[in-house]
Amino acid sequence: MRSIISVLLENESGALSRVVGLFSQRGYNIESLTVSPTNDKTLSRMTITTEVTDVARLEQMMKQLHKLVDVLRVTELTEGPHVERELMLVKVRTLNGTREEVKRCVDIYRGQIVDITQNLYTIQLSGTCSKLDAFIATLEDTCEIVEVVRSGVCGIARGEKALRG
Amino acid sequence: MEMLSGAEMVVRSLQDEGIEHIFGYPGGSVLDIYDAIFQCSDIEHFLVRHEQAAVHMADAYSRVTGKVGTVLVTAGPGATNCITGIATAYMDSIPLVVISGQVPTNWIGDDAFQETDMIGVSRPVVKHSFLCRTAQEIPIAIKKAFFLASTGRPGPVVVDLPKDVQNPLLKFPYEYPDSIELRSYNPTLRGHKGQIKRALAALLCAKKPVLYVGGGAIISNASKQIIELAEKLNLPVTNTLMGLGAFPGQHKQNIGMLGMHGTYQANRTMHNADLIFAIGARFDDRVTNNVDKFCPHAKIMQIDIDPTSISKNIHVDLPIVGSIEIVLQQMLDLLEETQASNDSEKINLWWDQINEWRAKNCLAYKTSDKYIKPQQVIESLYKVTHGDAIITSDVGQHQMFAANYYPFKEPRQWINSGGLGTMGFGLPAAIGCKIARPEKTVCCVTGDGSIQMNIQELSTCMQYNIPVIIVLLNNRSLGMVKQWQKMFYGGRQSHSYMDSVPDFVKLAEAYNHIGIKVDKIEELEPAFLRALELKDRVVFIDIAVDPEEHVYPMQIKFGSMEDMYLSKTERTDA
Repeated sequence: MRSIISVLLENESGALSRVVGLFSQRGYNIESLTVSPTNDKTLSRMTITTEVTDVARLEQMMKQLHKLVDVLRVTELTEGPHVERELMLVKVRTLNGTREEVKRCVDIYRGQIVDITQNLYTIQLSGTCSKLDAFIATLEDTCEIVEVVRSGVCGIARGEKALRG
Repeated sequence: MEMLSGAEMVVRSLQDEGIEHIFGYPGGSVLDIYDAIFQCSDIEHFLVRHEQAAVHMADAYSRVTGKVGTVLVTAGPGATNCITGIATAYMDSIPLVVISGQVPTNWIGDDAFQETDMIGVSRPVVKHSFLCRTAQEIPIAIKKAFFLASTGRPGPVVVDLPKDVQNPLLKFPYEYPDSIELRSYNPTLRGHKGQIKRALAALLCAKKPVLYVGGGAIISNASKQIIELAEKLNLPVTNTLMGLGAFPGQHKQNIGMLGMHGTYQANRTMHNADLIFAIGARFDDRVTNNVDKFCPHAKIMQIDIDPTSISKNIHVDLPIVGSIEIVLQQMLDLLEETQASNDSEKINLWWDQINEWRAKNCLAYKTSDKYIKPQQVIESLYKVTHGDAIITSDVGQHQMFAANYYPFKEPRQWINSGGLGTMGFGLPAAIGCKIARPEKTVCCVTGDGSIQMNIQELSTCMQYNIPVIIVLLNNRSLGMVKQWQKMFYGGRQSHSYMDSVPDFVKLAEAYNHIGIKVDKIEELEPAFLRALELKDRVVFIDIAVDPEEHVYPMQIKFGSMEDMYLSKTERTDA
């Protein structure tokens, strides 16, 4: 099952390597990881997406994360209502009259073209992972993809629930 | 405010922390700290012969006293040599602070001479670590290091100090904090009242309960509470390898060690129990055997200060997070308050069953005219020391013989590397114990493989006159490896024998110690008595034991807890 784990941790050098080290050391799988300071500069917020076999393993993973001295809070987002977003930048080559078709696809997916050359579009798109996956599949049928950059998932719980220091 | 250099701050911080002994080895990146130590009379420094041994000494020093062990080493190889020691302490939750030198901050990352990323290298085996980039950070980092090492689930903490940060010419205001708080670190000490109530209720109505007591009980100083709980409710108690001594070895309710080389009665009691109460024990694979067949009838309760130890390998029905001493006291208070008790008749029936298993006398062994049996050595050692010695051990057959044949009376009397299984631990550990408890007899029970992994420390004993007794069960082979090869590898003894063991008596004498060779059983006790008389000398007793002896009982791989080999010819499932 897919899980999104949110972690609030001290914004200190070495904190990220402890989290990443924990995952490799204990054989946990990371699908994506994003980390950045929060409005409080002493804290960082990390979102990890992972594939786990069962709830017990997920629980152990969260406990292990919480055990790290730098970590203040750990929560799982998919178990409740939440918003998840990933940002993607895609560079595509648009030859033989496919430019119009690509533009239409971008509009349908509510993306934006953020850079243009004679033969290239650079497209920005945000959304859930599956939306981004679907967009990539659409593009593959339409044009040549030159490169793809994805930010990894950012997530936040809906409503009152919050992860604070 | 007092003005000190970084190097002076290190030493002053240690003094202010109340540190009396440190173990270490100087080198280029810590020369300034060593110069500050030279000028400090309050801290006694022990110069080892290899940094790994320094960590084991500090580790054992901590295990016998409950204080934090302290190590000081230089950068690069000095630091990396510590890793095995740090990992040993980490696996057994022993509080240590390891201060390592580092190349100057502006050289970090440039592959400077003796540069190693100590923070990175040690990361998987430390509780936490600090790299100080300025001298002003030193007192707080050291305070935090000792605080983290000794609280919650204890463990080793590394403080990495670049050389420029120690600069003796640059002075800064020094203040050592009285206490420290970390917003991200707040271990739970008191147990959840509701859980304690439920746990006590379950314990009282169990017909076949057992207390499964591990090293956490020793770390938490909870022996008194465990004895009280066990005696009040007449519960059988089994100790893990790390828990030996937490419940007195000779107590009639002690059913012996459990696990891979546990007793017949302990393993059968566990397997057939209807309630297992794990106290500071973590369901290690050396205890559970095949987890799918683990204790099928039992409800499982567990107290542990570390939430990750709960439901890691085995699902726990009733967990309590907290300090063992505090939680058990809460439980005892509740028991006192409610005046409740368990059904003594049902417990007596359970004891009848356990005593039947006990009557199998699974630790009995055949003596021989030709060889001294390793079991005889441990029994004789127990007799001559009246069971009062501190015993350290290395890893292998001798460790299991010591664990099973020396019933430890009290906690902190049995010092061994349980989690990591570090050969080479025993001798430096004995040195650390003797420094901490000079009034006690300290014996290192070891094998001819293990002793050679840190034998250079005989020189440290010589320098500081640290009179430990080395009890070498010499079987001219790597006994436990050989046992496995005999049992599971068609007897192919791949690299498990040593044709070239040195003359240990001469070796001991080369370090100005006393060496005694024992070949016959009648020489054994006199050798021990002589060693005990020679109070101010290291005595190295090289005892030729039966090279073919195996450790039994032994759990059968992939089986349940109660599936065991009982001897070379007998197994429980046959």
